[in-house]
Amino acid sequence: MNTLANSAAVAPPGRVRMLRKRYFPTPLQGVVSVVSAGLLLLISWKLLDWAFLSAVFGAEGSAAECRAAGGACWSVIANRWRIIFFGLYPHAEQWRSALACVAVVAMIVLSCVPSFWRPWRLAAVWIIGTAVYYILMKGGILGLRYVGEEQWGGLALTLFIFVATCLIGFPLSIVLALLRRSELPVISRGTGLLIDAVRSLPLLAILFAFAVVVPFMLPGWMQTGKLYRVVFGAGLFFAAYQAEIIRGGLQGVPRGQEEAAMALGIGYWHRVGKILLPQAMRNALPATINQFVIGFKETSLVIVVGFFEILASGNAAYGTGEWTFAYREVYAFIALIYFVFTYSLSRYGAYLERRMAISSR
Amino acid sequence: MVSLLRQQKIRNILLQALFAGIVLLVVIGGWRNAQHALSSQNVVSGFGFLHKSTGWDVNFSLLPASPNDPYWWFFVIGIVNTLFLGILGLTLATFIGGLVGLFRTSSNDLLQLLGRIYVDFFRNIPLILQVFFWYSLVTNLPAPRNAMEFGPLTLSNRGVYMPALNVGGWHVAGAAVTLLLALALPLWLRTTRRLASPPEQRGALVWGVLGGGLLLAAAILLLGRAPGAALIDPPRLQGLNMRGGLRVSPEFTALLVAIGIYGGAYIGEIVRGGFKAVGKGQTEAAHSLGLSPWQSFSRIRLPLALRAMLPILANQYIWLIKATTLGIAVGFTDFFMIVAVTINQSGQTLEAIAILMVGFLAINLSIAAIFNRINRAIALKGNQLRS
Repeated sequence: MNTLANSAAVAPPGRVRMLRKRYFPTPLQGVVSVVSAGLLLLISWKLLDWAFLSAVFGAEGSAAECRAAGGACWSVIANRWRIIFFGLYPHAEQWRSALACVAVVAMIVLSCVPSFWRPWRLAAVWIIGTAVYYILMKGGILGLRYVGEEQWGGLALTLFIFVATCLIGFPLSIVLALLRRSELPVISRGTGLLIDAVRSLPLLAILFAFAVVVPFMLPGWMQTGKLYRVVFGAGLFFAAYQAEIIRGGLQGVPRGQEEAAMALGIGYWHRVGKILLPQAMRNALPATINQFVIGFKETSLVIVVGFFEILASGNAAYGTGEWTFAYREVYAFIALIYFVFTYSLSRYGAYLERRMAISSR
Repeated sequence: MVSLLRQQKIRNILLQALFAGIVLLVVIGGWRNAQHALSSQNVVSGFGFLHKSTGWDVNFSLLPASPNDPYWWFFVIGIVNTLFLGILGLTLATFIGGLVGLFRTSSNDLLQLLGRIYVDFFRNIPLILQVFFWYSLVTNLPAPRNAMEFGPLTLSNRGVYMPALNVGGWHVAGAAVTLLLALALPLWLRTTRRLASPPEQRGALVWGVLGGGLLLAAAILLLGRAPGAALIDPPRLQGLNMRGGLRVSPEFTALLVAIGIYGGAYIGEIVRGGFKAVGKGQTEAAHSLGLSPWQSFSRIRLPLALRAMLPILANQYIWLIKATTLGIAVGFTDFFMIVAVTINQSGQTLEAIAILMVGFLAINLSIAAIFNRINRAIALKGNQLRS
């Protein structure tokens, strides 16, 4: 260390000097750098050791073998991955569930491509994607065996809840945002009250109310499966938050835009659909992506009202006598799945923000 | 008729009437259906059930609770539990978040990287998954007989044990309130303009209040001590279980840790945003005036950053308080779980949901009111407003 510092003082080569200026400008900063580097190395090493070096891989690894190894026991995933991904879906039909997941992921990826950002294209992608998912999962036509919703589970159910929440919530949020900025006081106040009431409640309470309470309130002909009620509740919650985001976006549109449109005699629907909303959506895009990320994470709450989504199927995967010790591996695996979805979505959001910052310069 | 519809005023009134009518129809229809369905299950509607005893028990309560207590008392217990967990969780989350935010705004790349890894990791995993993880971790700890010890803490699968005070509950509460006042009053005294003397000359008063408060808190604790027992009661193994000390249940530990860590990641981002919002000119001006880095941080950047982050922080706090409802996932009797069990046991569905809504509305509105007040008190006025 000393010799390094000396040689640097005699003839400071560019890189060493730069490193020193960056990490050791003062003694205190030097200590901070060393400690954080040590911490980073320690965490990486522990993680590497646990997840790979002393881990047991492969479906043959038994519980006893895992305990001896001391690292992660990925055998539990190798043995139980079907229940994590597909839940209680019939074994012979699980390819359908997998295909349905692929369809949904493709749909989400497609709707992230800017050239698809036309209302009709987006709507077409989402309707086709959801229809493909629904036909594959439920069957009953095209020679596919019928599988009821109560047998759906795992990642496929999580994705369904997310997609259905967005499909209900997003259009509803636009309606709510427009109603809230209506000039008619009864309508704007009433909508505001609804939005604020929904936003002040925890999502869990809303899901619970839609699962348990709403059946009492609906007339007989409106009774549907619990899954659809809960998804509607999640959609309503999503819409209440998203409506405020869109309202913020609408407020960011200069007042002159609407006035100019009115002066040109453009009617309400064209004014809103062609002038205000496109600009408002652009303003609201970062917050919207963030809301989608939150929405994806919150699908996991349906476990509380008794659905077998990916977290519940994970609990079941390690809940059998043989694998009870392997909860860490199962949770790490599920966390990884969530992470892949939410992290890529949020990185995409950051990319959009940069892209917009460039184009508005 | 058609010409009437063309008139803006009349059309507006009709539209609003239509809107109100649809809303009323949905509400009244839902209410009547529910009344009908519930009365066919022999549930008497109304709030009379609040005075009946529950017949079930709660597993965690700061207040005395027994199955003979009426429902309204259990709702109070639920709210107190939610607030207790929420306030502790918020404190932990704020502490972690402040640290992470400072990491992320530091000039040191490695420290920034640490903060970034923390935020990206914990923010992208659902909170309920983290709650389950910590809960499994605590319940998979060794049994009390071979419990792990970390300084004063004893970790076992029955929960976390720590030394307790051999003091009655009300005395502890009284001492805690006194302690809070002893810490908060001097802060107020140092800054308020309501007193005649200028703030610089209040040193004796401030220190007197602080010292007196601390002494008073200690005296309350000593007064409430159980006679003939040591003041501090450490946990110890007796048979197969731990005796003495304070037991923090696995449910509470899991929720607290999860909310603290998850909330910390979000608050870290808010803190970072707050510091980013401070104009670069401010820091440069402080530097050119010869303020040291610490002075520039504590006198210039922190106060300005605080003002920028407070409104967002209020929203985050409301969100985190709502997150305590995850207690139902692991069996912690928070407000929501009490409501859910009430619906299950008594069938008073609509009333319990109404109580839930009112309770959360009250909590959210009070947080918002407190933050509005703070916001208004510290807002920059007049020519302070420069960036």
